[in-house]
Amino acid sequence: MTDGKDVRSLAEPRAQLWQALGECDETRAVAVVRGALHTAGRAPAAAEHQQVPAGVHLTAQDTAAAGRLRAAGERVLLELIAPAQERVGLAWAADDITVAQEHAATAISERCVAAVADATAPALAGRSVGRVVVSCVDGEWHSLPARLVGEVLRLRGWRVDQLGAQVPTEHLVAYARRTRAQAVLLSSSIPTLLPGAHNAISSCQAAGIPVLAGGAAFGPQGRYARLMRAEWAKDAPDAATLLGRRPTPPGAHAARLPDLDLPHLADQEYTMVRRTRLQLVKQTLADVEEGFPETRHYSERQLERTVEDIDFIVSHLATALYVDDPDLFTTFITWTADILAARDIPPRCLLPALDSLRTQLKDFPRAVGILTAARGVLTPPPAPPG
Amino acid sequence: MVSLPEQKSTRGPERKSTRGPEQKSTRGVVPAARGCEPFPAVTVDASGIVLSHNAQAAALLARVAVGVALGEAAPAWLTEAHLRRAGGAGEEPPAWAEGRIGAHRVTALAVPGADGAVTWWLVGGNAPASTAREPARERVRAGLLQELSSELLASPDVDRCTAMTAQRAARHLADAAVVVGTGDGRTFPVTRCTADGPVAQQRIALDPGQLPGLEEALQGLPAVSSRWIDPRQVPSWAVPEGFVGGVADIGSVVVVPLPGHGVPTGCLVLLRRRRDAGFTPAEESFAQLFAARAGAALSVARDHTRRARSTEVLTRDLLPPALGRVHGICFSGGYRASVAGELVGGDFYDLYPAGTPEAETVAVLGDVCGKGLEAAVVAGRVRNVLQALLPFAADHTRLLTLLNGALLSSCRTPFVTLVLVTAVRQDARVRLRISSAGHPAPLLVRLTGRVEEVRACGSLIGVFADIEFRTAEVALQPGETCLLYSDGITEARGGPLGDVMFSEERLRAVLAQCAGMPAEAVTERVQMIVAQWVGQGPHDDMAVLAIGAPRDRRPTTVHEPTGGR
Repeated sequence: MTDGKDVRSLAEPRAQLWQALGECDETRAVAVVRGALHTAGRAPAAAEHQQVPAGVHLTAQDTAAAGRLRAAGERVLLELIAPAQERVGLAWAADDITVAQEHAATAISERCVAAVADATAPALAGRSVGRVVVSCVDGEWHSLPARLVGEVLRLRGWRVDQLGAQVPTEHLVAYARRTRAQAVLLSSSIPTLLPGAHNAISSCQAAGIPVLAGGAAFGPQGRYARLMRAEWAKDAPDAATLLGRRPTPPGAHAARLPDLDLPHLADQEYTMVRRTRLQLVKQTLADVEEGFPETRHYSERQLERTVEDIDFIVSHLATALYVDDPDLFTTFITWTADILAARDIPPRCLLPALDSLRTQLKDFPRAVGILTAARGVLTPPPAPPG
Repeated sequence: MVSLPEQKSTRGPERKSTRGPEQKSTRGVVPAARGCEPFPAVTVDASGIVLSHNAQAAALLARVAVGVALGEAAPAWLTEAHLRRAGGAGEEPPAWAEGRIGAHRVTALAVPGADGAVTWWLVGGNAPASTAREPARERVRAGLLQELSSELLASPDVDRCTAMTAQRAARHLADAAVVVGTGDGRTFPVTRCTADGPVAQQRIALDPGQLPGLEEALQGLPAVSSRWIDPRQVPSWAVPEGFVGGVADIGSVVVVPLPGHGVPTGCLVLLRRRRDAGFTPAEESFAQLFAARAGAALSVARDHTRRARSTEVLTRDLLPPALGRVHGICFSGGYRASVAGELVGGDFYDLYPAGTPEAETVAVLGDVCGKGLEAAVVAGRVRNVLQALLPFAADHTRLLTLLNGALLSSCRTPFVTLVLVTAVRQDARVRLRISSAGHPAPLLVRLTGRVEEVRACGSLIGVFADIEFRTAEVALQPGETCLLYSDGITEARGGPLGDVMFSEERLRAVLAQCAGMPAEAVTERVQMIVAQWVGQGPHDDMAVLAIGAPRDRRPTTVHEPTGGR
């Protein structure tokens, strides 16, 4: 490798990793990651990018090489693997890859993370600065973001228990208690899991364990995390910084009903939508079929997808009611419209479903407000024809 | 607790005063002058003007009258106490004040009224000063007990409960506190801390006879009164590190047992410095109350820990094993028990790696009739028997017949269905031999996206003496996967319309999209789709096991034969 080459840039390995993920080539993906780790960890201290990131503490018994390797590991995790994985998600949204390809790429990314963990293990400092549990919210399948956060914390000297995806809240609380974790890091990317996340946050806090929430589900700037009285970390380094401040364990007063955080739930709108979900979905489907005669010629598969979409809309509506934020729903509708547009389906096809729900829920002012706002997003008001 | 004097309901001032805070009238406080109250009382508004008083107050304070400033009628200490109270800024001011009125020692007890007015009950010198303070103390104590209980409840962990007990006791009952747990007769867990210092926990070899009352407390005998304990006898191990002055500075000691459910859970030792007053009988009895709460929580925590430990040990072998790559073959599994909160159930899978890459690695996925822990225990037994029968794995029929015989002879075993797979890598391909014992046939995911059913069939196990199997042979190209699953997957009910069966058809549709995916991605995808299908609803045990031929161009471990492409 020539010395003139800019080792700072991970652009080349990034392109190589992307290609390997696309070809489902695990061996090559892992080799790219190992190579990048080697390059980033090897360079002499002269280059500015070799600086140890803030928060990585070098103890006296650490060799400089070990510190460099840890810093390199963190860079590879956050600047090589994470962006590649983000690109996978975007590619799916743009209909460039299938769901199955997304899954395969994610599985390979997991292997890449494991490779970094393996390679950096000898460089970990002997004594851990504390113990934390990293877990996904019950029902969450995207475990990679949590995995990345956990690995970064490990490199920063924490002892990390990774519980991964699909962890029942009961197990999470019991585990955190048993291991006397100093904090639980809770990850979620799916907004509809927020009520469950709230339950997990309250339960951990009632057990005297502070919670750090992260992931797209917790809203812009983590607004829903704050609503649920959890701290919010915007990314892995941020989580490390917050943990470094040693969050104070909640006292006995934390044992309370989660509903107390959300007084608007008293209007029962969320409860009603949740309880009548099946009827809402069925009625909406009937109304959509009536308003959209094309649907009568749908194949069974297409019809099933339509039902799934309606179910998704109702779940997001319920969640928007739960956190009392119409933005949650309009953001979802905008996102769905983009997804549909990428697949050559006119986003207008969402309107009959929204209208049907608005009619069914006409007695619920918050729900009507949210549905009206979403309708406004799909139909910009001053529409000059053509 | 609504207001402080409610504690003692039958006494004059308290009974009267309960009305104080509840008044909504803008005129202020109910006139205290009734003539029949046992103590002098004067009601003063927020600015210090007397609103009303009773006859006894007039006798005590010569110049008192309605409309007069309190400062003109009462001594300075009372006026100041009133201003502190009525000022209301900062933390809550004390509910009582003490001083002299003429020749009498008087304790003034404040009862809040409407609009910042305060009724002062002036308890005479012949009544003990503590009479007035006691309700306020009671309130603090009750609050402390409540706080302790909820903190202890939050976490059934012995060490944490002990630390919390010691810390609370040191802060609120004494200058330092020590909790001695029930040891093994020679060493005892000792938790020590001062009011503001850290909690230290260690196991110490000690003789409980050294500290009077300790041996009795650990044996569950009645508590020894602090009057009988000589502070100089406190052994040095019982003095926390931050206790300046050491044993010489201890003025008084209380030793209270921590009662458990049936057996004592330990003992709480409270230490006070020489300069502080000794423990009053009321304080001692409160310490016992405190110890009772702590002891109950500790014994629950101990029980919980013990059970959690035995459950962990007992279920360890019942958990599904960790899977990975063996001799160039990918194995990936997923498991979800039907019973919420359980980790194990009647579905099971297991992997028995071969000793050499040329030999066959054995994998199995099965389903024991039943649910929960009982089924999991049977599944564990089946896995053990299978392991013992591995030498016969070359002949599936032989192995399964032997397994059938073993299960038939054990009368408590319900029937079992399973799929038995033996796998070996040959160059880039993986060759499988597959037999099914009454279990849904595995599905093959070909590179083209075609999903094929493995033609293996046979009778279920543990029911009939005479059984038959047909073993299928299959080759997996790189990127192809064979999926074993339990009927919990295909029979899962749910979906957006509720109560629709997931069905083999949907499973095939999901697998058709999984062409070329690594084994982990296949199991994860199937599990994810089914979990979303089921939602919050009930479901049976669900297990999947994927066996895949990796797509690598070159083998990744040195043990593997070179070759392939």
